[in-house]
Amino acid sequence: MQETPAQISPATGGTGLLSAVLSDNPPGRRLLNGLMLLVLLALVLAPFLFPGTKALGVSARICIFALLVASYDLMLGYTGIVSFAHMMFFGIGAYGVAIALIKGAAGWGAVLLGAGAGVLLAVVLAVFIGVLSLRVRAIFFSMITLAVASFAEIVATQWRDLTGGEDGLTFSVPEMLRPGFHLLENPLLGVKFNGTVLTYYLTLAVCLVLFLILLRVVNSPFGRVLQAIRENEFRVEAMGFQVVAYRTIAFVLSAVMASLAGALMALVLHYVGPEATLSFSLMVDVLLMIVIGGMGTLYGAVLGAILVVVAEYYLQNLLGSVSAGLSGVPILSALLHPDRWLLWLGVLFVLIVTFFPQGIVGRLRQASQPKPGPASANRPN
Amino acid sequence: MSSPAWILRRDQWQQWAPYAVTPVLILAALPAMGVGSWLTLTVAGLSMGVMLFLMASGLTLIFGLMDVLNFAHAAFITMGAYVATSVLGRLTGWTNDESLAMNLAAIVLALLAAAAATGTLGFFFERIIVRRVYGAPLRQILITVGALIVMEQLVIVLWGPDAIALPKPVALRGSVIVGSSSIETYRLVALAVGLVVAVAMQLVLTRTRIGLLVRAGVEDREMVEALGYRINRLFIGVFIAGTALAGMGGMMWGQYQGLVNSQLGDAVNVLVFIILIIGGLGSVGGCFIGAILVGLTSNYVGFLFPQLAVGSNILLMFLILMWRPRGLLPLAGH
Repeated sequence: MQETPAQISPATGGTGLLSAVLSDNPPGRRLLNGLMLLVLLALVLAPFLFPGTKALGVSARICIFALLVASYDLMLGYTGIVSFAHMMFFGIGAYGVAIALIKGAAGWGAVLLGAGAGVLLAVVLAVFIGVLSLRVRAIFFSMITLAVASFAEIVATQWRDLTGGEDGLTFSVPEMLRPGFHLLENPLLGVKFNGTVLTYYLTLAVCLVLFLILLRVVNSPFGRVLQAIRENEFRVEAMGFQVVAYRTIAFVLSAVMASLAGALMALVLHYVGPEATLSFSLMVDVLLMIVIGGMGTLYGAVLGAILVVVAEYYLQNLLGSVSAGLSGVPILSALLHPDRWLLWLGVLFVLIVTFFPQGIVGRLRQASQPKPGPASANRPN
Repeated sequence: MSSPAWILRRDQWQQWAPYAVTPVLILAALPAMGVGSWLTLTVAGLSMGVMLFLMASGLTLIFGLMDVLNFAHAAFITMGAYVATSVLGRLTGWTNDESLAMNLAAIVLALLAAAAATGTLGFFFERIIVRRVYGAPLRQILITVGALIVMEQLVIVLWGPDAIALPKPVALRGSVIVGSSSIETYRLVALAVGLVVAVAMQLVLTRTRIGLLVRAGVEDREMVEALGYRINRLFIGVFIAGTALAGMGGMMWGQYQGLVNSQLGDAVNVLVFIILIIGGLGSVGGCFIGAILVGLTSNYVGFLFPQLAVGSNILLMFLILMWRPRGLLPLAGH
């Protein structure tokens, strides 16, 4: 993975509050900074810029996935371990909130209780899996997380009494977050401040804060050890750091963030189900986002989430219209069938991992460096 | 004072314990159920085990030799089952024939076709995808996961999104009654086919020059290279063999279930991973023990505690890992 100088020795310019908030790790140089600022502005002003429930849903999804992918980056990009159980933790958070809201009163207490229970379960599971599987080899960890994740998917679909099975659970959220609730009597700048908008801002705020915490973590001494583990596990072990402990803590931290993201998703959707919260195809989405955005950058998570979420909403339509035009051609129309969008995302994924492994952020940072390092340094892992 | 010969020393016990797990499990299951169901379930478990071994052995060989864990293995399993539906769909005359010989001939033909198709695919897969990422574990995982998605979607493009029936040949549909237990005929066939392949594989690995090279490569790849052998050719060969085995296993599994869909490989692959973890990554012997263990556990637990059936294999995996963190028969140096 490419280490830009900005990461190894954080740019000390621009001291002050902003720099402290970003943990001395700004996105990059001009272009990338501008891009991130634009994204932040667009997300903050989303209810005004893109009116309509669907657009707001897409924006909320972007925020949540940006957090989810950033927390995944802590493992994949910074520590160099691949987990396939990330959606399981996401699902645990989502189901935690859903079940608490159904069993208890639809109030904030239930939300906190559900999210708290989800986080607790995520921590217990992550510690158990991490301690058992990270001792041996990183590949062991990947296989075990895959097995456990598929088990979680089966549990969610079969334990009908608790999870609602394939159908999932629909529930009421606290009063303030319902579409019928109005914070202001009159629309502000043409936007009605109802529960949906409030939910969006809650999501955005929580995701932003957690993202900044992740940024703090990766730029802390702890984060440096993680990156050192990624670069050379044996050397770090020889220096006296317990690699297993560091990897497990990174895994636990990532799981906690994922379950919180899941809790937010439950609040946004008012629904949880296996397909929406813990399916393997969502895991593929996360992998795609992180690879497109750039591993080991955190900021890449945001760009990746935007690109993939938007693409998924519109790619299906595009494929649909192209496929309709080709309905006479046998194989081609099957290849371009709207249900085959995963095929094209998969092809894109393989191409990016092969030819463009540093992702968008990695590439932009590289481009803005005055003197590029030797080509060999760009090889990931 | 010397201890009696029948008491194993601690190190001997450590060495023999992995081999004792399966017999102990089989014997322990006997008092928990009647002899009739015990026999039925044991045969069912063994045949499930050898089918799983077909699929898992290819993956473990590839891993042992080239240090590549192919996450796309699941797609080869699915592909094998689908190829079998196409082949047997054209051989309905053979499979609907009452004679056992015609039925078995159809199965063997379908197995060969599945193996040929997935093996060919494996060749291109190694050349195009895997070759780029030798020695880069992180990218290996990512790129093979990507390839898995693409291949699964291509299966849907080629064979359609709906599940396809893969019926068992007529003569193999019923059950054989042995004492008080009934044993499905197809399970016996699967057991026989699986054992034939397993024995053939063992013979190739231990009695031929190629097998010697493969085992040496697993032990120390660089030394084999230094002795002047082209390790790349060995890689390709083993990759083709491993994916062909996956196709054969997929065909047997699909026919046993009677229905093939694009998720078939994914479901089995989870069991395959559990087997590799239980057995020790890269070890063929451990893979065999692991496969049989998983097959037996699934059947016993499904009968005794149906509500635990789903989690039984995960539970087994964690129990074994707590006992032996590297699996039952770990490879040295891996």
